[in-house]
Amino acid sequence: MTRSREWLYGWLLLLPAMALLVLFTHYPAVANLWHSFYSTPRGSRPAVFVGIDQYRQLANDPIFWQALSNNLWYALGTIPLSIALALMMAAWVNGRIAGRGFLRLAYFTPTVLPMIAVANIWLFFYTPEYGLLEQFLGLFGAQSHNWLGSKSTALPAMMIVAVWKEAGFFMIFYLAALQSMSPHLAEAAAIEGASRWYFFRRVTFPLLMPTTLFVLINAVINAFRLVDHVVVMTRGGPDNATALLLYYIYEIGFRFWDSAYAAALTMVLLVLLGVAALAQFLFLERRTHYQ
Amino acid sequence: MSTLPADVIVHGRPLSLPSLRGGTNVLETVAAWFLGVLWVLPLVYAFWTAFHPPEYSTRFALAAPWTLANFVNAWHAAPFARYFLNTVMLVTIVLAAQLVLVTLAAYAFARFRFPGRGILFALVLVQLMIMPDVLIVENYRTMTTLGLKDTILAIGLPYMASAFGIFLLRQTFKTIPRELDEAARVEGCTPLQTLWKVYVPLARPTYLAYALVSVSYHWNNFLWPLIITNSVESRPVTVGLQVFSATDQGIDWSIITAATLLSTAPLLIAFLLFQRQFVQSFMRAGIR
Repeated sequence: MTRSREWLYGWLLLLPAMALLVLFTHYPAVANLWHSFYSTPRGSRPAVFVGIDQYRQLANDPIFWQALSNNLWYALGTIPLSIALALMMAAWVNGRIAGRGFLRLAYFTPTVLPMIAVANIWLFFYTPEYGLLEQFLGLFGAQSHNWLGSKSTALPAMMIVAVWKEAGFFMIFYLAALQSMSPHLAEAAAIEGASRWYFFRRVTFPLLMPTTLFVLINAVINAFRLVDHVVVMTRGGPDNATALLLYYIYEIGFRFWDSAYAAALTMVLLVLLGVAALAQFLFLERRTHYQ
Repeated sequence: MSTLPADVIVHGRPLSLPSLRGGTNVLETVAAWFLGVLWVLPLVYAFWTAFHPPEYSTRFALAAPWTLANFVNAWHAAPFARYFLNTVMLVTIVLAAQLVLVTLAAYAFARFRFPGRGILFALVLVQLMIMPDVLIVENYRTMTTLGLKDTILAIGLPYMASAFGIFLLRQTFKTIPRELDEAARVEGCTPLQTLWKVYVPLARPTYLAYALVSVSYHWNNFLWPLIITNSVESRPVTVGLQVFSATDQGIDWSIITAATLLSTAPLLIAFLLFQRQFVQSFMRAGIR
C-alpha cells in the first residue's frame, strides 16, 4: 500500500467514530465553557454575554460549596473503603475458602444491578420503623432513627450504598491480577519462611500497584459521575446534605432550567476530572510498567 | 486491613504451600462469610418482600404464604412491557453501532500509520475521563437542536463512539501477528476484507467481553435517559421504574420491590446463568 493510501485509509476508518466523539464529547466540553460566560435565555430574552458573572454567582452559592464538599467527603469515604474491601474480597475468593462460589456471587451481584434498583432496595432497607435496619437495631432496643432523613446520617448512608455496589466491581480487577501472578513467588517466599502477612505486604501488594491505581482512577470517576441513587433516595436532601456535584448540576439544569449556571457548575466538574486525568497520566502511565 | 493473620512458617518444618497461597484460617472464613451474608442481605430482603403479601413485607414468619401477586400488580400498574421493549431496542442499537464504529477506529489505530494518529488517539482517550454522563447540559442542547429529544436514538447517540471500546479492541488487534495480516493481503484481500476475515474472528473474546460490559452499562444507565426522555414510548426500564416508584401509590413496598426486581430480572438471570463469562468479561475489560 502506498503511503498516501495508508493515510487515507486510516483517516476514513476513524472518521465515523471521531465525528461522534467530537459531536458529543469535545464540542460539548468546549461549548460548555462558552455558554458559561452567557446568561440563560428566558422566553423572549436571548442569552447575553455576562463575562464571569456565573462564576461569581457560583463562588457565592452556599449550596454549590456544600455539594462540592459533600462530593469530596463522599469520595474520601467511599474510595478507600471500597478498594480495601475489594482487595480483601479478592484475596479470599482467590484462595481455597469454603463456599467460594457463593462468596464470589455474593460480592459481585450488586455490580450487575442498576444503581436505581439498588437505590430502591436500600431505600426500603433504611425505611424508619419498617426497614430491616430498624428492625434489626430494634432488637437491641435502639431508638428509631430516620437514616436518610437526618442531616448527620444521610450522606454516610449513601456512602454505604456506593461501597456495597462498587466493592465487588473492583474485586474483579484484583482477582484478575492475583490470578495472573506467578505461583513461584509464593513458593520462593515459603522457602524463605516469610509469613503470609509479610508476603502480602512486601510482594503481593506492590505487585498489585498498577491494579490499585487503575481501580483508584475508576473509583474517582465514579464518585463524581454516578448520582442515580441521590435522585432516587434523597433528592439531595435533607437540606442539601446529600447533594453531590452532578446532582446539583442536574437540579439547576433540568429542574430550574438555568442552563448557563449549570454550564458553569459543569466546568468545575470537568476541571476536577481533568485533574484526575492528569494524575493518571503522571502516575499510572509510569507505574503500569512496574511489572 | 490488619486482620490478615501471620501464620509464621517455621524453618525446617515441611512447607505448607497451599496455606501460603491463600489457604484461609477459620477466622478469615468467618469474616468472609459475614461480609458475604451482609452483601446479599438487602437483596434477600427485597426478594422476601416481593414474593410475599404486603402484610408480611416487613414481618418474617416461616409460614408466610408465597405469592406472585405483587409482580402481577406491578406489571399492570405501569407500561413495563413497553419500557422493556425500549430498553432492549436501546441496548441493541447502541451495541450494534458501537461494534461497527469501535472496530473501524481500533483497526486504524492498531495497524495504520497516518499523520495525527497520536493526537487523535489522545483525543479519543479524553472520553475515558469526561464521559457523556457529565456533559448532560450541553448534550441536551445538542439533542434539542437536532430535534432528537425524547427518542431512543438520543439516549444512545452520545455513547456510540466508545473510547473504552476503541482502547480495548486496539490492544487486542495489536496482539494479532502481522504475518496473518500480510498473508491475507498477499491473497488479495483489501484492508476491510482483512479486518473482517482476520482481525474480527480472532478478537471474538474481546468482543464478547465488551458486549457484556456495554449491555449491562446501558441497561442500567439512568440519569441521561431520565433527562432526555419524556414519554412512555422512549423511556427505558430504569426511568420507567423511577417514574413508577416516585408517583407512589401510598408506599406499597411490596409492589415497588416487585417492580424493582422485575426491571433487573433479565440481567440478573443472564448473570446467574452466565456467571463465569460475566466475571471473565469484566476481568478482561479491566486488564490493560
